[in-house]
Amino acid sequence: MPPALVAALIGLADDHLILGHRLSEWCGHAPMLEEDLAMPNIALDLIGQARGLYTYAGELEGAGRDEDALAFGRLERAYRNLLICELPNGDFAHTMLRQFYFASFMQLFWQEVESSTDATLAAIAAKAVKESQYHRRHCAEWVIRLGDGTDESARRMEEAVTLLAPYAGEFFIADPEACGAVAAGVLPETQALQHAWQADVEQVFVAAKLAPPEAVYAQKGGRRGLHTEAMGHLLAQLQFMQRSFPDMTW
Amino acid sequence: MYSQGLIGSGDQTTETPKFLAAFQARIDADEKIEPNDPMPAAYRKTLIRQIGQHAHSEIIGMLPEGNWITRAPTLRRKAALLAKVQDEGGHGLYLYSAAETLGVSRKQMTEELVSGRAKYSSIFNYPTQTWADIGAIGWLVDGAAIMNQVPLCRCSYGPYARAMIRVCKEESFHQRQGYEIMLKLAEGSPAQKEMAQDALNRWWWPSLMMFGPPDGASEHSDQSTRWKIKRFTNDELRQKFVDATVPQAQRLGLSLPDPALAWNEAGGRYDYGEIDWDEFWAVVKGHGPLNKARVAARKKAWEDGAWVREAALAHAKKRAARQSVAIAAE
Repeated sequence: MPPALVAALIGLADDHLILGHRLSEWCGHAPMLEEDLAMPNIALDLIGQARGLYTYAGELEGAGRDEDALAFGRLERAYRNLLICELPNGDFAHTMLRQFYFASFMQLFWQEVESSTDATLAAIAAKAVKESQYHRRHCAEWVIRLGDGTDESARRMEEAVTLLAPYAGEFFIADPEACGAVAAGVLPETQALQHAWQADVEQVFVAAKLAPPEAVYAQKGGRRGLHTEAMGHLLAQLQFMQRSFPDMTW
Repeated sequence: MYSQGLIGSGDQTTETPKFLAAFQARIDADEKIEPNDPMPAAYRKTLIRQIGQHAHSEIIGMLPEGNWITRAPTLRRKAALLAKVQDEGGHGLYLYSAAETLGVSRKQMTEELVSGRAKYSSIFNYPTQTWADIGAIGWLVDGAAIMNQVPLCRCSYGPYARAMIRVCKEESFHQRQGYEIMLKLAEGSPAQKEMAQDALNRWWWPSLMMFGPPDGASEHSDQSTRWKIKRFTNDELRQKFVDATVPQAQRLGLSLPDPALAWNEAGGRYDYGEIDWDEFWAVVKGHGPLNKARVAARKKAWEDGAWVREAALAHAKKRAARQSVAIAAE
């Protein structure tokens, strides 16, 4: 079982690293100083969660790969993150809606992992669940503010809903690498979280006066390393130092 | 009443000699001046200018370091850099808040910054070209900032002094973090060591310039000293910085780019070479490598974010209106 669990954990870690990377791009460029602090703060939590997951995946794998070898040392096809995480930031409405979708999903996910049969993952979840609760609240408040703010902010939020609709479904597609871990009670079945996630989104959309997203064809493939064209450019930045100066200590 | 035209306004005062003497007596007795206390208009103006510039420096300072967040070499370094840049934004936030106690708004100060009229620390107009620049900035730029800021913890204006206590603690952590980046590079491969030396070569002189023009050329020092806003002269602080930093460079095995640098036994200090004041004034006047790009980046963020701020305000008003309707219906 470890190899499949390793792959599943790497996928989960990739979600956090790649989304944290995107969020950190806002640092110094946010609409207000409070968000110049809040977005890097959330990014920092996501990168912290990625580190815990990579480190544990590396230990289980037993091939000597540490968090940095996993984070920086793979080719694009070996990254297993959900596509929604790698999409370019777009405007602030797009960034916040994406972050809300992710945080809402991860809050439900980590709540389940807290009672995982794997003690290490349960410990990671105990910390992460608190962080994702905070992220969810912060981002949901922005979805509401922007959805029920001005005409322009409502229009931008509606656009974000449309743009993200094809990518939200991937949360609930079972990762084939995680099947064994799900059966063993190590990781939750993501499909089982869909109902609760939709209820959360609906409740926030009602407050935001937003129409629910239309059911559209779901884009998928992230868990199999099939990425958008944005991914290679992201990795070119992320891996720049490790590629330019391989095998050095920093 | 002070919120209009204070920045760059004339300095005429209508205060009586008796009022000014009573104020000076409070300063001389080391009393802290608080927001609602009477104070000379020029004292208020000086503080608004200084705290505003300090806040702007923190905000502009997020850009050169933010330039490396997505390219940091390890996850540990990435997390530390994110936290550091976030700290700088936090410093900006409480410095703007300290300035607001003097009757100027954050919006006004931000508009001054994005219009290009406000000044900020010139060092942030230089580019961060390599990862070692992140180490050099932490070590040298935050190190120089600490020299400048530790005395400000005892500044006569209460809100500024109190803000500086926390700022200095965090800057001290940043300085050690920067030095640790340099230490790793200096102990590393020849390429890493070369990167560290190159960064030191580029950041050393601009760091010395951070203390401002030489004594005698600084127009604000004397009055600021009497008011206990400033406790040491520019040259005194610069000397303290050189004396503290030279042994740190030696420990790294890196050389400082100053052939005139030498220990002065009699003076108990390091003598250093002539600073290129033409370069300093050129950068102050807007001709540094990145002055325009830095201001343009903040202007873009401010303008692109206008709809978000408007929406937040509109939403808050809607909520308040709904709440008052609900209360009226009860």
